[in-house]
Amino acid sequence: MNSVTSAPTPEPFDVVVIGAGVVGSAVARQLSGYRLRVGLVDARPDVGDVTSKANTAILHTGFDAKPGSLESRLVHDGYRLLGDYAAQVGIPVERTGALLVAWNSEQFEALPGLAAKAQANGYAETFQIDADEVYQREPRLGPGALGGLVVPGESIICPWTTTLAYATEAKARGAVLLLGRRVTGIEVGAELTTLATEAGPISTRWVVNAAGLGSDHLDQAFGYQRFTVTPRRGELFVFDKLTRPMVSEILLPVPSAKGKGVLISPTIYGNVMLGPTAEDLTDRTDTSTSAGGFAELLAKGATIMPELLAQEVTASYAGLRAATEHSDYVVDVDPAQRYLCLGGIRSTGLTSSMALAVHAAELLAGAGLELAEIPEAEMLAPPRMAWIGQVGTRPFADADKIAADPAYGEIVCFCERVTRGEIRDALASPIPPIDRGGLGRRTRATNGRCQGFFCGARVDELLNGGKADA
Amino acid sequence: MRELRKTQVAIIGGGPAGLTTATSLAGVADVLLLEREAELGGIPRHSNHWGYGWRDLRTVLTGPAYARRLAGKAAESGAHLLTSAMVTGWDERRLEVTTPTGLLTVEADAIVLATGARERPRAARRIPGDRPAGVYTTGELQNQVHLFGHRIGQRAVVVGSELVSWSAVLTLRHAGVKTVLMTSARPAAETYAAVALAGRVAFGVPVATHTTVTRVIGKGRVEGVEVLDHSTGQTRVVACDTVIFTADWIPDHELAAQLGLPLQPGSLAPLVDAALRTELPGVFAAGNLLHPVDTADNAALDGRQVAASVRGWLADQAAPAAGVRVEPTGPLLWVAPGLVRPGTPQPVRGRLVGWVSEYRRFPTVVARQDGKQIGSVRTPWPAAPGRIFRIPNAVLAEVNPAGSPVQLSLAG
Repeated sequence: MNSVTSAPTPEPFDVVVIGAGVVGSAVARQLSGYRLRVGLVDARPDVGDVTSKANTAILHTGFDAKPGSLESRLVHDGYRLLGDYAAQVGIPVERTGALLVAWNSEQFEALPGLAAKAQANGYAETFQIDADEVYQREPRLGPGALGGLVVPGESIICPWTTTLAYATEAKARGAVLLLGRRVTGIEVGAELTTLATEAGPISTRWVVNAAGLGSDHLDQAFGYQRFTVTPRRGELFVFDKLTRPMVSEILLPVPSAKGKGVLISPTIYGNVMLGPTAEDLTDRTDTSTSAGGFAELLAKGATIMPELLAQEVTASYAGLRAATEHSDYVVDVDPAQRYLCLGGIRSTGLTSSMALAVHAAELLAGAGLELAEIPEAEMLAPPRMAWIGQVGTRPFADADKIAADPAYGEIVCFCERVTRGEIRDALASPIPPIDRGGLGRRTRATNGRCQGFFCGARVDELLNGGKADA
Repeated sequence: MRELRKTQVAIIGGGPAGLTTATSLAGVADVLLLEREAELGGIPRHSNHWGYGWRDLRTVLTGPAYARRLAGKAAESGAHLLTSAMVTGWDERRLEVTTPTGLLTVEADAIVLATGARERPRAARRIPGDRPAGVYTTGELQNQVHLFGHRIGQRAVVVGSELVSWSAVLTLRHAGVKTVLMTSARPAAETYAAVALAGRVAFGVPVATHTTVTRVIGKGRVEGVEVLDHSTGQTRVVACDTVIFTADWIPDHELAAQLGLPLQPGSLAPLVDAALRTELPGVFAAGNLLHPVDTADNAALDGRQVAASVRGWLADQAAPAAGVRVEPTGPLLWVAPGLVRPGTPQPVRGRLVGWVSEYRRFPTVVARQDGKQIGSVRTPWPAAPGRIFRIPNAVLAEVNPAGSPVQLSLAG
C-alpha cells in the first residue's frame, strides 16, 4: 500500500483543500504556486476516485451553458487554460468537434437558438448543416436526422490524466497529499480551523470545500443551508476499439428541459462511448449500473446509431454528478470563517477546473489570504505525464524508448498494449496506484476488451510487488 | 529504428494451432512464429488437467505437458520462435511487431493467423451491478491459480455449465474455493447431460438451470450475485465472494478485423475455406480463431491442414477462385469453414464444425442452395449447446460453386 496515512503533516497548513477530485486538485496546484503550506485531503485512497473518474470526458467550449452564469465564464476560460496545460504536460486531447443532431422538428427549430446561445457564451464558431451534410459527416447515424449544428471546438480529453497531473504538480510544489482521510468534523477557531479525520486532526488557517458529492454536508458544517447535492447517476457503455472508425466526432443530442441527454462520443483511448443516463438517486455511493439504465441506453442508442449496438461492449460504468437545486455553481467565500465553498460543480467541472482554481485564488486573496507568488526561477517545470491516449506514440511503438529500456517493449496488457515499463513507472510515480482501477487510470492496463483474461494475473503480481497475493 | 525481417511464413500465435503449423512447415520453408506471451503453448499452459493431445499426438497429457510437448517439437523443427513479440499492426503482408529487443517489421510471403479465442467478460455480456474485485473469466481464473498461485476467495458462483465451466470448477477446487452454485440459462433437458451429471456427482455442485445472473453486488469485493429464475420470474441473491464468467467465446480477431477480412456473423471468426485460406491471398487462419472453441488437439490438426495450403501458396502464389458462402440457420449459430471453393481439400477430419443454441438428439443436417435441397446427413451424435457439433462434409458434396449461398439447417 502507499503512504495513505504516513505522510508528514506540517501543521498548521495555510490552506487545506478538501476533495482531491479534478476541482480540488486544480485548486491545490494553483495555491501551491504561492508561498503557502497547502494540504489536499480526500477520503478515498486515490485522487480523482469518485466523480472525476467517471466523467464523460469532454473538453467543452461552453457553447450551451447559461449565458452570464459563473459556469459559462469558467467553462469558457477553462477550455483554453486546460487545453494549453494539456499540451504542456501531456494530457491526451483530441480536437474531434461535435455535432448536435436534430431528430424531430422541435429539435431542428431549436438549432438557431443554440447557435445564438453559443454566441452569447463567447463561442461564435458553430454552424448549422442540413440532413445530407449530417449523413456525409456521420454515415453510420440512424435514419431520420433532420439537420445538425456543428461545434468545431468540442474536444475529448483524458479526465484521469488531468486530475493526476494537477495533483502531481501540486505535490511537486510542496503540497501535502493526505489520502484515505475522511473529514468527519470541522471546528472553526479564531486563527485556526481543525478538521477531524479518522487518522487524527488537521489544523489549517483556511479551508476550501471541493468535496463534490459531499460538498453540501461540508458546507453545513460551516453553518450554511444553501444547497443540497442530489447524486445524479449517469450510466455508460464503452464499446470495443474496433468501433472507433464508426464515429468521427462527439454526437450530441439537442438539449431539452430534462438535461443534456444521451450522447455517442469517441473516447481518447480509442473506444466509443454511449451515455450517460440521468437518474436522481439518494445514495451518494451508488455507482452501480442497472438493468433499467442499460435498457435506456440501448433504446436511445438504437435511434442514434443502431449499428453500434451490435458491437462488443468493453466496459460499462456509472458516475454520479453533484447536481444541486441551483442551475449554477455554488461558489462563495466566507472571510470570517476563512472558508471557500466550491459546491455543485457538475460534469463541466473537468473543463472549468483551471479557471475555477484561478477564481478560487482570487476569492481567497480578496478575503484576506496573502498570495505571494513564487518567482518563476524557483518554480519547478510542470510534470510530463504518461501518455495513454490512442492518438500519439505510446511506448510500445516508440523505438528509441524501447532501445533505451527493454521494459517498454514488453507488452503486459495486450488489448491496451501497456508495457511493463509503464506499469513500473506508474507504481514508482509520486502518486502511485493502489489497485487495478488506479493502475488502469494511469496506464490503461486491464481496461481493454478482455478485461484481464490474459493479463489480470500478471498485473496483480506487478501491483503486489511480486508477492503471491491477488 | 525498426529492424526489417523477411521470412517466407509468419505465424501469429504460439498456441496448439500456431505451433503445429510451425512444426509442419519448418522443413520446407523459412518460418517465423510470433507469440505475444513470454511462454509458448497458449491456453493449455494454464489448463491444468488431463485430456490433451489425443487426436494430434495419440497420447493423453495434461494441458501444461501438452503445451511443452508442442513447443518442444516446434523448437526442434527449426522454425524461428519469437516470444514476447506482439503484432500491433499490419499492412498487407508487412507486420509491425513490438519486442523487448526493439521494433520489427516482418515481411512474409504467407501469414497464418492463429490468435485463438477468449471468453467474453462480464461487461461484454452486459450484466449490470457494482464493479467489485473478484470477478473473473475462466481464462483469468486459471492464469491466477495455475500460473501465478494467487489466492482467489472462498465461495464462488460459476456462470455457465459448459465444458469449460466444469474446468473452472476444477480450478476453483484446486484453489480451495467452494463452488456454491453453477447457473445455466438452458432448461435442464438441454444441458450437456453426461458432463453435468458427472460434475454434479463428483463435485456436489448445485446447478440452477433456466437461470441467469442479472446483477453483481459488492462495493470493494464481490458480496453476492442476483440470480433470475426464468421459469418462475423470481430473483434471489446468492452470497459469494467470487464470480466466474465461463464460456461465451469470441475469437481474438482484432488483426483479422483490422485487415478488413470478412467475419462470420455468428462466431465473428474470419471466413475461410476448407484449405483455411481467408479472402485475402496469402493470408491463412487456423485454430480456435476459426471455431471458438474446439478442443486443443483439433486446433492443432488445423495447423497441419493450413501447412499444406501454405506450401501450395508458396509454390504458385495463385489467388484462389471465388467461393460460395455457407450460411447457418435455425439453431445452428455458426459453421466453419464457411466458404466452399472449388478444388479445395476435405476439411479437417472430413467434417465441418458448428455451434448450436438448442439440444438435438440425432439431428439431420440439411443443405439447400438456389431453392432446393442439395444434401442431408443424419449424425449419430447429438448437437448440444456449449460444445462443437461436427457435421460430415458430405452434406456439401453437391454444392454448385457458381451458385448462391448455401443454407445449412437442422431437421429432426
